Order: sequence, then C-alpha cells, then structure tokens
Amino acid sequence: MSLLQTQDLSLGYGPLAIIEALSLAAPSGQITALIGPNGCGKSTVLRGMARLLRPRQGSVLLDGRAIHSLPTKQMARELGILPQAPTAPEGISVRELVAQGRYPHQAWFQQWSQADEQALQTALDLTHLQPLAERAVDTLSGGQRQRAWIAMALAQETNILLLDEPTTYLDLAHQLEILNLLADLNQQGKTIIMVLHDLNLAAAYADRLVALREGQIFAQGSPAEVLTEETVEQVFGIKSRIVPHPVTGLPLCLPLSQRVPA
Amino acid sequence: MPGQPAAQTRPWLLFSLLPVAGAILVLVALGSIAFGAADINIQDVLASFSHFDAKDTGHLIIQTLRLPRALTAILVGAALGVAGAIMQGLTRNPLADPGLLGIEAGATLAVVSGIFLFKISALPVYALFAFVGGTLTVLAVYALSAMGRGGVTPYKLTIVGAALTALLASLTTTILLFDQRSLEEVRFWLAGSVAGRSMELVTQSLPFILGGLALALIFGRQITTLSLGEDVARGLGQNVGWIKAISAVIVVVLAGGAVALAGPIGFIGLVVPHMVRMFTGVDYRWTLPYAALVGASLLVLSDLVGRVLVRPLEMPVGIMTAAIGGPVFIYLVRSKIKR
Repeated sequence: MSLLQTQDLSLGYGPLAIIEALSLAAPSGQITALIGPNGCGKSTVLRGMARLLRPRQGSVLLDGRAIHSLPTKQMARELGILPQAPTAPEGISVRELVAQGRYPHQAWFQQWSQADEQALQTALDLTHLQPLAERAVDTLSGGQRQRAWIAMALAQETNILLLDEPTTYLDLAHQLEILNLLADLNQQGKTIIMVLHDLNLAAAYADRLVALREGQIFAQGSPAEVLTEETVEQVFGIKSRIVPHPVTGLPLCLPLSQRVPA
Repeated sequence: MPGQPAAQTRPWLLFSLLPVAGAILVLVALGSIAFGAADINIQDVLASFSHFDAKDTGHLIIQTLRLPRALTAILVGAALGVAGAIMQGLTRNPLADPGLLGIEAGATLAVVSGIFLFKISALPVYALFAFVGGTLTVLAVYALSAMGRGGVTPYKLTIVGAALTALLASLTTTILLFDQRSLEEVRFWLAGSVAGRSMELVTQSLPFILGGLALALIFGRQITTLSLGEDVARGLGQNVGWIKAISAVIVVVLAGGAVALAGPIGFIGLVVPHMVRMFTGVDYRWTLPYAALVGASLLVLSDLVGRVLVRPLEMPVGIMTAAIGGPVFIYLVRSKIKR
C-alpha cells in the first residue's frame, strides 16, 4: 500500500511563506479531509502534496520516495490530481476529456491501446457517465462536469487521488453525489485526500480530519476527535455546539449565530 | 439544457479528409498562378514549369512573380493558422491571435524605425527587421509576464501583450507622423501583402516556417493536454515548463516568419482556428494540420480574389483578409455568446 506524507514541508508563493515545517501523513486506503478557514493554507498543502508546488524545504514522500525528485510522468501514474474548479476547453467531449487521463501511460507516438480503452471505459462506468460520453463537457450540469473531471483522474489509474475542494460551486444534492462517488472509490481501495469547506460533510465522509490554522496543524484524528467545540472556536473563531447526528451519530457542528429568536 | 453533442468526428474521417484539404490547397494555388493581370493561357503556365524559356514574358511572369507569390501566401497562411491555434489553446483565450503577444506591433515598429534610422528600403531587409522586432517583443512580453506572483499566466500574457502592443503602436505612429518619407516607404508593407516577394526571400524563410510547422505537428498531443490548464497538465505528468517553452518558440518562429514575409496580416490567425475546430474538435493532433491547410488555402484565395475583384489593379491581401475575416469573426462571436 502507498503512504503519502509530508516531512517538515515548507511552501509559499514568492516572498510569502504559507506553510512552515509541516509534517502530515495520509494513511493509505482512507479518506483524509483537510479543513480550516480561508487562507489557512489547506489548498497550499494539497498542492504541495500533489507536486503542483515545489517545496522550499522538507519533502513530500510517497512510500519513502521524495515525489519532487522523481520523473513527473512516473508520479502521475501513482498520484491523481484534481485542481480546484478546472475548466474544460470549449467543445471537448466527455470521452476526449477522460481519455486525457491516459497521458502518463502513453509514450511519444504510441497509439491508443487496449489498456487505454479499458481504463477509459472503467472510468466512465464508475462515474456513471456512459450515456453522456459523447456530450460536450461545457453543456453538462455542474455535478456531471465534476464527475467528468474525476473520471479523467480515474483513467490515470492511480492508487491515490488528491482533490482540491471537489464540491465548490455545487448545490447540496450535487455535493452529495460527488462525495458518494468518492466514498465508493475509497471502498474499492483508493486513498483519497481532499480539501473540504463544509465541516459536517467532512465529518460525514472522511475517516480522518486534519484541521489547519495559520499554516500549522491544529488538530488531527477521527471526526469525533477533531470536530469539537473548542477546536471550531480556536480554528474558525466561532462559537458552536457539536451534537451527534441523529441518524449516523457522527459529530455535527451547529454554529451559534448572533441572532437569537425572541 | 439541450443534448448538444460535442464536435466529434471519427478519426478515420479526419484522416481521409486531410488529402482532400491538401487537394483544395493545390487547386487554389494553381488558380492563383494561372490568373493575374496578364492573360497567360494554361498551356503556357504548364510549359513554364516543364520547358522554362527565359525569353518568354509569360514564363517569366509565372516563375518570378506568380509562383513566389502563391508560395508566400501558402507559407504565411499556414504559419498564421497554426500559430493562432496554438495561442488560442494555450492562453485559453478564444480571441487570441499572433497579434496578441505584440509580434505584429513589434515587427512594425522595427521596420518603421529601420526605415527612419537606417534608411533601409529592400523587402529582405524589412523581413529581417520584422523578424527580430517581433521576436524581441515576444521575449519582452514573456519577461514582463514572468514578474510577480504565479509566474507567466495566460491572463498576464494577454494584459502585458495588449499594453506593449499599444505602446509600440504609438511609437510607430509617432515616427510616421514626423517622417513623411518613412510613411511613403512603409505604407504598402503595413497593409500586408504577398506580392513582389522574390523566390530568394521565399526560400530563405522556408526552413523557419517548415521547421515551425513540423514542431507544431510533433507536439500536437502535448499541446492538447496543456490546453486543459497548467495544473491539470502537470497532474497528468507533463513537464509544463518545457512544453510551454517549445510552444512559445513555435509561435515566435511561425508568426515572426509570417510577418517578415508578408507584413502584418490580420484575421487568418484568429478565424482559421475557429473554423477548423468546428470540425476537428479540440484535439490538436488534428486541429494543427487542418489549420495549416485551411490557413494556407484561405490566404491564397484572399489574394486571388483581391486581384480578380479590381482587375487590373490589386487589393493588398491584408485588406482582403480583413474584409473576409471581419464578418466571419463577428458571426463567431455572436454564435458563442448565444450559448
């Protein structure tokens, strides 16, 4: 099994340091969700782990190998990445987009192979996109579009999938649709690491939460360990009550608003 | 939402229509060689290739005027079509064309200041100045865009390109306002034309443009992947910096070569990629060869129409492409906005 971890990782943009000496491990076969307020560095950490951002110091290790020093094409066969709110070129079909996921498996002048077609079909099946395969991505609904991008990452056939806010801009039903899909993929053995905004959805779907504050890990562990009234207050600066979900028993965060009904 | 299918054509169809597009290009090129101010019958046209007679005026017109002219139009049209397609794909800006990076503005300023400062007057010298000016401008746009957070992004390239274009264009205007002789000298070059280019000039630019086209075709798949966005391409294991640099070289060589040969010619680089993508979709392995063939055919045809319309006078081809490309462009914009 593959273990992705950061070791004393420092990241930043230009003169701006965002993350300093962060060590974090994402257990294999689990869903790990990074949570925290805007600007806490959670997307930056994910970008670092996805090798979209070079570390200033420290390293990101996959099974003990530093991912930034390995050939990028080889890494792309092991780590699948879905950046935040990607936009597809106008007119590209679902099939064409998903087929791009085979890029790291193809050599320079290699033709589309049996294995490529197999991976493409499997990705379309898993995301239930077969009926939409010939449609242009820009004519799909937000949820379908996001499924198409996930299918592209699935065609990459990696053990690990990193997603940066995969539910942004989606309504609640589509958010659940995407998270259910990710839970299914996890059941089939994929390690999933994602940034999520919604604390309650993160608690419902992740095995493990990592709460970040100002570029540091504030708390990590199971949803019950991390999602506490104290952590929410320290990390987000808001008062809340944590109650058990009436059906699942998982922690549910209810923020206390200033407005109290008379 | 309507069940609109993607522009997807089967590979075998795309493959088998490629020779058809090639044949159309050959036909319009032959038409361009056969028609002109002087009436030369088709037997003489063919004879000038098989039994060239230097004393026959008809043969001379074909071989020293019309053939280089047709070849110039083919090279320039293909170069602009391909350069425009790559720029639109990589900047993810459907309105991008080689003018966007300031290539034409830089080439024009170089030629105009060459005339003003060094009294240059021959087309081959213009070509050299244009190529150098265009290349330097793209390098400047790139360097300026690389400053600040996030490095070179399509957005910054567009803004910097537009700003630099405006600056260079105003410098050009300033020179032309102060120096009447430069204006006289450069007027026809500024309109963009494929007429009067010697075979020598054509053969000099041939390796550049053919090399650029060959590189573009080789890197078609990489360019398709990069058109999904840099983060996605990097996630798929592409060495993005390297592919971006190669694409930039291709665009500079093609657009710089085109402006050196023919002066600034608008609309081909903008319109041709859109026309081609309606049919090929977004796979650049197909978009680029078709953009080359369609761009070449369109420019040869524009030049031919410009000669036939006001015979025995001529309309510079840059004006013809604007007359044809303008309406097509407005149609494209309107049909895109509707969606």
